[in-house]
Amino acid sequence: MTAAVQTGSDKTMSDHLSHTPSGIEVPITVTAEMVGNLSEGKPGQFPFTRGIFENGYRGRLWTIRQYSGFGTAESTNERYRFLLDRGQTGLSVALDLPTQCGYDPDHEMAMSEIGKVGVSLSTLAEAEILFDQIDLSKISTSFTINGTAAIIYAMYLAVADKKGVPRAQLTGTIQNDILKEYVARGTWIFPVRPSMRLIADSVLYANEQTPRFNPISIAGAHVRDAGSTAAEEMAYTLANGLAYVDEFNRRGGDIEKFAKRLSFFFYVHMDLFEEVAKFRAGRRMWAKMLAERYGVTDQKALQFRFGVVCGGSSLTAAQPMNNVVRVGVETMAAVMGGAQSIFTCAFDEAYQIPTETSAEIALRTQQIIAEESGVARTVDPLGGSYYVEWLTDQMEEMIGEIMDELDEYGGVVKAIEDGYLQAKVAERAKERKQATDSGARPVVGVNVGTRARNESDKGEMFSQDPETVKQVLAKHAATLERRDQAEVDRALAALSAAAATDTENVMPHLVECCHAYATVGEMVASLKKEWGEFQEPIRF
Amino acid sequence: MTLEKKRILIAKPGLDGHDVGAKVIALALRDAGAEVIYTGLRRSPEQIVRIAVDEDVDMLGLSILSGSHKELAASVIERLRIEDAADIKVFVGGTIPEEDFETLRAAGVRGIYTSEMTIESVIAEIDSQLS
Repeated sequence: MTAAVQTGSDKTMSDHLSHTPSGIEVPITVTAEMVGNLSEGKPGQFPFTRGIFENGYRGRLWTIRQYSGFGTAESTNERYRFLLDRGQTGLSVALDLPTQCGYDPDHEMAMSEIGKVGVSLSTLAEAEILFDQIDLSKISTSFTINGTAAIIYAMYLAVADKKGVPRAQLTGTIQNDILKEYVARGTWIFPVRPSMRLIADSVLYANEQTPRFNPISIAGAHVRDAGSTAAEEMAYTLANGLAYVDEFNRRGGDIEKFAKRLSFFFYVHMDLFEEVAKFRAGRRMWAKMLAERYGVTDQKALQFRFGVVCGGSSLTAAQPMNNVVRVGVETMAAVMGGAQSIFTCAFDEAYQIPTETSAEIALRTQQIIAEESGVARTVDPLGGSYYVEWLTDQMEEMIGEIMDELDEYGGVVKAIEDGYLQAKVAERAKERKQATDSGARPVVGVNVGTRARNESDKGEMFSQDPETVKQVLAKHAATLERRDQAEVDRALAALSAAAATDTENVMPHLVECCHAYATVGEMVASLKKEWGEFQEPIRF
Repeated sequence: MTLEKKRILIAKPGLDGHDVGAKVIALALRDAGAEVIYTGLRRSPEQIVRIAVDEDVDMLGLSILSGSHKELAASVIERLRIEDAADIKVFVGGTIPEEDFETLRAAGVRGIYTSEMTIESVIAEIDSQLS
């Protein structure tokens, strides 16, 4: 075991009143003299501090995108149609762990996890059921998938082909951000470098085939939820973003083109103004870095578009109804920070898969803020606030310092391969837990306003259909039986051959494999044969 | 504290990648003087039991947040018995609903530690299990 690693800028979060959770010391009064240039760009103008659109949410409201999926493709399709019927405007697909890690349902590692944290999607046959009666030309679909992102994207293209929807009409996002998987979340499969190649293949292919689809969503959310501060979340995300830009450039991508389809994804936790400042600083820094370092001039390519999730580890299992209020505050921060899509966690997320009731409250929270509160009326409503402008500058400075530290270490890829970043996040998680334990970080129901638990606290409980595993296995076996094995073998062999080269794009082969009903596990195995598997550095 | 020189294995069975809790407990046990081994992600029950036996650990902690705790804990404990290593005490941490506590205890789990507990109380409980 290596010695403890230095923990970032080492500012403390011990004094909750005088410091933000990232450790920025806040004066009681911020005055005009303390604020830099208030008028740096209008909304819709470089560097986009005040937002990427001139007309804010008046032109287009954020996308209300609730993450859901569980059990079989049939049960998830039913939940999607329920949510769309209730006013949801985009789908967000949760996949089970075997699908995310590249194991078929009949693999021994998969057995106990089938359909648990998302839907099982092992072949095109399941994807056809999942999107049954859903118009893919109208509904945008987001997939939280990383290790097997290229495969699931190929499967989505294959479903669209089958339904007769032109690929150019598809909208949505695949997360496809492997770097943060090595740091938090853990659904890596291949070593870092071939993984970067696979991402470049999928992004460059998507730019051609599905010009309205976001082929990567560079996510700080998971590292944040694991323990990082808001400043670290933004710093690591921007650093990962630059690493992808370098990789796509190396592969001959046109930055003016691919940068238009890069998107980002963050958590919003409870410190409202720090969250708003984080987004304003991030937008500004990204635009400046692309312009200054890469000479990007297309205004659309400089725009920092992001989705958010509200809730996560800021929610508590104790007195869970309090979480409705937390998610309300966080959604306000997301809107005032200028998010393009919002996912609000259900109040029972801390201990179970949400029920229809809790999922509906989460959705209604966004509608109440959108329709009743008036916060969406004007762009960047906090722009010009002494505090928010000052805090935006402070966050920018701190984020820059953290990025510099990473650069000094040798860059994010090295920091991840060595386990340096992983150790840092673990250390932060320990600090946050200790601060909660001691009360230095107040959490209502946990260390303030505590009481004994009531039976009624948790409300309605979600119960998983006990037949799920049997159904998934039976359907999987039936698909294997039905397909043309010679065609599958041909497609998989072509995939391996492409993977063995340094330059051939594997995407067309993955789409062929999906059309032939090859399984996710088979496609992963064909790639592993050429690329090997990631060996996790154990360092804490 | 009796954790000095105690050997504890922290393991991540199954496919769940949420390793923060596992690492926080590993760090806290190390700070309390224990010799901690961490398996890393995605270990099968066979691999975990093999490491526990080879490393001659006193206690084995399973961190599970995917909802598969009942199946995975039972499988690990069963394999410890087969390997004649039932003296290795097993505890479970993660997202564990209270209604599953009884099932886990009946399967032989000695401690169940959720994120609502303080680090201090988790360490104290592990300590008393090993005294």
